[in-house]
Amino acid sequence: MRRFIVILPVALFAALLGIMASLLTDGERNNDPSRLPSPLVGKPAPAISLPAVADNIPGGFSTEDLNGHVTMVNVFASWCIPCLAEHPLITQLAADGVRVYGINHRDKASDAITWLRRHGNPYKAIGFDADARASLEWGVTGIPETFIIDANGTITYKHTGPITPDVLERKILPKLREVEGG
Amino acid sequence: MKQISAFLAIMIVALLAGGTASLAVEPDEVLDNPVLEGRAREISTELRCVVCQNQSIDDSNADIARDLRLLVRERLVAGDDDEQVVEYIVARYGDFVLLRPPFQPNTLALWLGPPLMAVIIATLSVLFYQTYRQRRLAGGSPEPLSPTDRAELDALVERIASTSPPDPTGTRRSQFRAEIEDGLKPPADLDDTESQGDADGSNGQQPT
Repeated sequence: MRRFIVILPVALFAALLGIMASLLTDGERNNDPSRLPSPLVGKPAPAISLPAVADNIPGGFSTEDLNGHVTMVNVFASWCIPCLAEHPLITQLAADGVRVYGINHRDKASDAITWLRRHGNPYKAIGFDADARASLEWGVTGIPETFIIDANGTITYKHTGPITPDVLERKILPKLREVEGG
Repeated sequence: MKQISAFLAIMIVALLAGGTASLAVEPDEVLDNPVLEGRAREISTELRCVVCQNQSIDDSNADIARDLRLLVRERLVAGDDDEQVVEYIVARYGDFVLLRPPFQPNTLALWLGPPLMAVIIATLSVLFYQTYRQRRLAGGSPEPLSPTDRAELDALVERIASTSPPDPTGTRRSQFRAEIEDGLKPPADLDDTESQGDADGSNGQQPT
């Protein structure tokens, strides 16, 4: 009993160190306060209906348009630097056959047009969300954000922040495969 | 001078008034219906601006805070009651938007952790103190010396006696023995022996 009491503080301290170490090193649930769990994962994608950015840009879409296929919905803006950073990967995914939809978040149409002309438009359709009302409906906190939606229109995954090659390999692609398979 | 103090007074009043009122809510957001606006303000102070961590949407100038303020007002105008408005936003942004965390299964540790800790610490303190007291009280009748202890004591007495002047009658020896055995006894009075070492008598007073 006595020995136990002597060891107890040491054991507790070791346990605390262990927890801290795992929080620091585990990239999956690293303690980044900007990464919030979305309550929408596992729920049907909230109904939105967005116009096109411009006549010559494919777009305007509503939540129903996503039904029937696995889709990725990427929230982006021309003013958003991380969006530009992930743009090549989005483009690659689209080229590989993933149906990627875009929500153009709090942007100016003219800026969005210039941006898409300069960097390419991989999106199957883009919804223009100038007042961010639709983004709000989808629980968007900070862009870029990317949703993966299954054929039934259920949100199966949400990534906040830019898609990096690492995120793509470890999260996005496995999730896409899982949703496609199921 | 008079002008300066008048100016200061105005500044202080303005600061006090401005300090309590939020500066984030823009005039164009305010609803015409003062009752609804009041409810909107009340709800807004309870909702976290999700990108600024510890500010309410009522306090924050962030775009998303403004959007959420407008959403709150939109829902109120649509006829939602306060709870429905909050539920609407929680459904999209999660419990994290609530500045006051709800009491539910996944927040049990948050709510019950601190009181539980207090109870555990209090219990341990009482237990520890009781054991401590008991041990001191039990110290009143120490175990008799074992044969080994006795032999060790005899050897010790012999050693001390051998370094002292000759002692043919053995009085000094018995004196040493008495002193050492005295030292092994627990302190007589529990209350004024705080500084005299362990209560179980294993490390009592040094023979003087």
